[in-house]
Amino acid sequence: MSDRYDVAVVGGGLVGASIAFGLRALGPRLVVIDGAGAARPASRANFGLVWVQGKGEDAPAYAAWTLAAARAWPRLAAELRQATGQDVAMRQAGGVHVCLSREAFDARAALVERMRARGDEARVEMLDREALLARVPGLGADVVGGSFCADDGDCNPLRLLRALDAALAAAGVARRGSTRVEAIEPMADGFRVVTASGAIEAVRVVLAAGLDTARLAPMIDLDVPVRANKGHVIALGRVAPLLPLPLSTLRQTDEGAVLVGDSWEDRADDAVDSAVLGAIARRAIRIVPALAAARVVRAWAGSRVLTPDGVPVYAASPVHPGAFAVACHSGVTLAAVHAFTLAPALLEGQLPATLAPFGTARFANVRAAA
Amino acid sequence: MYARLPDARSETIAVAIDGEPFEARAGDTVAAALLASGRAAMRSTPVSGAPRGPFCMMGVCYDCLVTIDDAPNQQACLVLVAPGMRIRTQSGPVALAPPAEGV
Repeated sequence: MSDRYDVAVVGGGLVGASIAFGLRALGPRLVVIDGAGAARPASRANFGLVWVQGKGEDAPAYAAWTLAAARAWPRLAAELRQATGQDVAMRQAGGVHVCLSREAFDARAALVERMRARGDEARVEMLDREALLARVPGLGADVVGGSFCADDGDCNPLRLLRALDAALAAAGVARRGSTRVEAIEPMADGFRVVTASGAIEAVRVVLAAGLDTARLAPMIDLDVPVRANKGHVIALGRVAPLLPLPLSTLRQTDEGAVLVGDSWEDRADDAVDSAVLGAIARRAIRIVPALAAARVVRAWAGSRVLTPDGVPVYAASPVHPGAFAVACHSGVTLAAVHAFTLAPALLEGQLPATLAPFGTARFANVRAAA
Repeated sequence: MYARLPDARSETIAVAIDGEPFEARAGDTVAAALLASGRAAMRSTPVSGAPRGPFCMMGVCYDCLVTIDDAPNQQACLVLVAPGMRIRTQSGPVALAPPAEGV
């Protein structure tokens, strides 16, 4: 005898919880299966940007999906507040990618132009140093300018995770915590998800387990070759308002703490590396010199869930209807489309045509070349 | 609330607390000097404005943050007093001073 559900979401991090948040409003019997112990590291370690500009340089569908997510974010924040009374501190007054050299500025301008030519509708403009200073005072002498995107913003990602969890609990969504999925067995009318603490039956199964999706996807005949990409974050003590807008590597939270990120390291561990901390701290001080006087409160490293091309995966099992895999490194930014666009499609059992470019067939060449 | 032990005999060190002169003792941490001056709270928090004072006295709780010689958010329990030191209690979030020209 096992529990039976309409949908089992494997993974209770930001991606799984966002999908479940969208599903919960549609009425299915729903269970979220979360991993063991220190699972959902990316959901806890991330920087908290709701970020549009520069994403999907070579994948217009990803750029459009990201922009749709940013535009749906106010609805997500409002529904979370309504469901839980919690404020996830979402701001969306724009964000800046800072350029520290003329070469970097020219390359950024070319990127923005290239994306626009391919149909990107994000509201991005290049700002020279003077125009940038009008929006973000206190920038260092090395700042040449940057790209400003009116669709960018940020939120408190820990509060987002907590609010999603609270909304799911309030809706009576079943939860299996500290549960490792050992096998997924297709049945005549659904799937049997085998865990160490018993089996769960569901008509549909959605894999949203972060890095563990690489292990789980073959159970539904999909290849999702995600790998860990390490990022460091430094948290500085709370200070008076200093940064009116988030920068891609620097933001001030609603409570005054300044977060400094972000490194992109092709490593799988989450040990804190003081050399990397030094490098990102020095860069932060070049961007905002006043930060030299700020105090470090703590620092951590976490793992992004990176696909070979950096573009998310939304894939249906080619042989088992009703089984899906989801993987991305932007669980915060994409939370709103995961809830409001992806979740209804998963319940229906059919991914929309707009998500066709996110299938796993594109990795066949990667695997063949490896 | 706090009082010096009667046998405390170390030499005095003149500091300023919120602009007022105070005689600390050699070996005092800034937190100890502030407690000896009669202050229990030495800052109010940036978010709610609640008063805070030293809790752990060993660098862990970050509740004793003060401004020392114009550097904000210093852990008072980890810094020893020095002659002429200017100590300021904090109210809410403190602005980071822009660095001097040429830095």
